[in-house]
Amino acid sequence: MIDNLPYFVVAITIILGIYTILIRKDLIKIIMGLSIIESGVNLFLITIGYRWEGVAPIYTNAPSLQMVMPTVQALTLTSIVIGVATEALMLSMVMLIWRHYKTKDVRKATKLQG
Amino acid sequence: MKNIITWVTLVILGVALFYAAWAIPFGSPFTSDMDDYFIAHGQEQTAANNIVTSIVFDYRGFDTLGEACVLFTAVIGVGVLLRLRKKEEDYEYE
Amino acid sequence: MSMSKIIRVTADLLFPFIVIFGFYIVLHGHLTPGGGFQGGAVIATGFILLFAAHRIDDVTCIFGKKLFQNFEAFGLFLFIGTALVAIALGYTFFMNFLANSGGLFGQTVSFGINPGSLNTAGVIPILNLAVGMEVLGGLSIIIIYMTKAIQWQEDLE
Repeated sequence: MIDNLPYFVVAITIILGIYTILIRKDLIKIIMGLSIIESGVNLFLITIGYRWEGVAPIYTNAPSLQMVMPTVQALTLTSIVIGVATEALMLSMVMLIWRHYKTKDVRKATKLQG
Repeated sequence: MKNIITWVTLVILGVALFYAAWAIPFGSPFTSDMDDYFIAHGQEQTAANNIVTSIVFDYRGFDTLGEACVLFTAVIGVGVLLRLRKKEEDYEYE
Repeated sequence: MSMSKIIRVTADLLFPFIVIFGFYIVLHGHLTPGGGFQGGAVIATGFILLFAAHRIDDVTCIFGKKLFQNFEAFGLFLFIGTALVAIALGYTFFMNFLANSGGLFGQTVSFGINPGSLNTAGVIPILNLAVGMEVLGGLSIIIIYMTKAIQWQEDLE
């Protein structure tokens, strides 16, 4: 059971992110919780493709010829860039909410117009 | 009432995630036929030493095109939201 | 506002080394770990170090908004243009028409462990450069917009 340690780290990270989104009332902390969930999912994607006694899939001065799976690492690259794009837009919207409501509490920014 | 629903949801999700982390075998994937083909034939078809780069830009280059467009759209979105305007500018609708 | 004198001098000294290291990561994308996205993020970090250390109005006189907008648009245009040239030559969309051909970036690579050579891998270095330019322009433009919005908000109060 101690062999599955990376998967336990992934489970703890995702649970901490969901806890932060559900409990906290400050807008910046909710965005930080979403970023923690994205980090946990990227780690899970990479650790799925591991083989025992494997090296990185690069042929330049490689130590051996048994390599880990390379397709999952390509998916993780795309996921990281999409996470950056989502967080830039979310932080711009928090700036606009602060300019209009003068508060960062999520219970007070409730009106849709005006 | 809202607190009870929150904690019950968290406990159920926690139990499900920990059971999944205990049951998946680590280090031996189920099927790896596509990745074995990429490792065996990637060097003679694309002439690149880095297999991950040849997958991102040659075998699956269409996904990279979509990702570049997502980054471009995010920059345009930030430029629209944070536009500077003067203090006494009012919009006149005719 | 600007930071103290030690931080400003250190940022000015570190800036060319960070840009050259990021350009090395972009250019050797088909031999070592790295590529377009990672190298573009490292170069953007060098520029953001300048934006954080000095006043935003002083740096915008040298590296303005127009420069990064042109970088980003040219990067995306080069990416799509290289994919469309393959249609003009008679192949399918996105075909690697320079690999194993003997011209520019056309050296063949046999199977096995070898020290890499820079002349290989076809269209992939050109695509790496295009994506690196786009990521550099995009991240710098986001930071310029956010810093100017914060300064404009502080001037209002």
